[in-house]
Amino acid sequence: MEVGELSYFAKRFFVELFKGPFEFKELLRQCYNMGNRSLLLVSVTGFILGLVFTLQSRPTLMQFGAQSWMPSMVSISIVREIGPVVIALICAGRIGSGIGAELGSMRVTEQIDAMEVSGTNPFNYLVVTRIVAATLMLPLLIILGDAVALLGSALVENLKGEVSYLLYFNEVFDALKFTDVFPATVKSFFFGFAIGLVGCFKGYNCKKGTAGVGEASNAAVVYTSMLLFIIDFIAVFVTDIFFKV
Amino acid sequence: MIHSQENIRPILELRNLKKSFGDNRVLRGFNLQLYEGENLVVMGKSGSGKSVMIKALVGLMEADEGSIRIKGHDITSLGQTELDILRTEIGFLFQGSALYDSMTVRENLEFPLRHHKAKLNITEKNETLVLEALGSVGLKDAVDLMPSELSGGMQRRVALARALILKPKIILYDEPTTGLDPITSKEIINLMRSIQEKYKTSSLIITHDVDCARVIANRIILLVDGINYAEGSFNELTASKDPKVQAFFKT
Repeated sequence: MEVGELSYFAKRFFVELFKGPFEFKELLRQCYNMGNRSLLLVSVTGFILGLVFTLQSRPTLMQFGAQSWMPSMVSISIVREIGPVVIALICAGRIGSGIGAELGSMRVTEQIDAMEVSGTNPFNYLVVTRIVAATLMLPLLIILGDAVALLGSALVENLKGEVSYLLYFNEVFDALKFTDVFPATVKSFFFGFAIGLVGCFKGYNCKKGTAGVGEASNAAVVYTSMLLFIIDFIAVFVTDIFFKV
Repeated sequence: MIHSQENIRPILELRNLKKSFGDNRVLRGFNLQLYEGENLVVMGKSGSGKSVMIKALVGLMEADEGSIRIKGHDITSLGQTELDILRTEIGFLFQGSALYDSMTVRENLEFPLRHHKAKLNITEKNETLVLEALGSVGLKDAVDLMPSELSGGMQRRVALARALILKPKIILYDEPTTGLDPITSKEIINLMRSIQEKYKTSSLIITHDVDCARVIANRIILLVDGINYAEGSFNELTASKDPKVQAFFKT
């Protein structure tokens, strides 16, 4: 992967972000595209994640008579790790590939050149808005995904273990600490930034031709997925140092 | 001919422009002067460096060597802000139209107005400017359509209207008739002539379409092997005995 070029691209993003002018209307449009249009995907994924995770864990916990630990175990696992990583991977597929394909096709059809010639900074209009939108929307989507996953888990516990929803969520909120929620939320911003950055980098620097667009879209997903795991590893490492998990 | 008036300063000038891609020397010292009110056609084979030259001219591509002066400003020494302001005086019609396909025709035309309307002291409403530009290309009714709903010829017209929206002094046409049928090509060529008369623009047209060159050119430059191989009016060039010149005009 072109680490040097990606770093330079990231540096340019920060320079343009603070230099302005800020394209607020386009940012809102991108937030809507990325956030609102991912709601169903994230909700369904989150719900099934919680459902399956609880169904799979239940027999093992029952063997040890530890089914009462289910809400705390599921909530900590989902909020700290599984929720953010799975939702981010899903969004890398939907948002990252979308950005890569859109900017890639704009590059090959000379739309980006047309913006530049018309005296508008295309980096500012296309790249800055998309990266900021992805950085802002990912944490919200992950919070939603986590919440729906816990709802799925609560449904299984309610149907199979006759645990009331109130009791389940009381246990969840008792189990979750600041040290679980805060690092996961911070991590989500970085996930969003990575998805936006790699998608824009691949699309903006797309090579000519339709094959280039396909490659940009595909590479955006592959490299973002890899980057997400690297960020996750660093986040866990740093959290371990600061919060003694 | 307009360019023969040597005391008139060119509105656009390229001197000794060189550009290579690895070992491939595309431009080897190309020179060009465009004078006010002139229609200058640059003809060359595919891959001869016409598009490279026109992209270097608006700063989309960096030349290896040479100077590019637009209205007296050397664009290679301009900062981004100054370059953006200078670009508002240039309309650019792209080969594939390059309309923003996520925006309507209206939004496409309004796009260049967003940052520059105030700087250029344009007081008319966006709606007035958009309809005026669309009226110039005969497409007022298409204002709320998406580019995907337009035919190739209509897309080219809308792209031309977008290039005109800031009332530029210079219009650059990159293969304006490529990919169009002969009838639509003629319509576009006639449109280019009427726009030149209405807006009093200077035009630089990159093409390999002989009909286009015949109808519109005041002067033609043949770009061969990266240099100005020949220059003159359509009649002068068609009368040339040089085999490389004849290759362009003989059917």
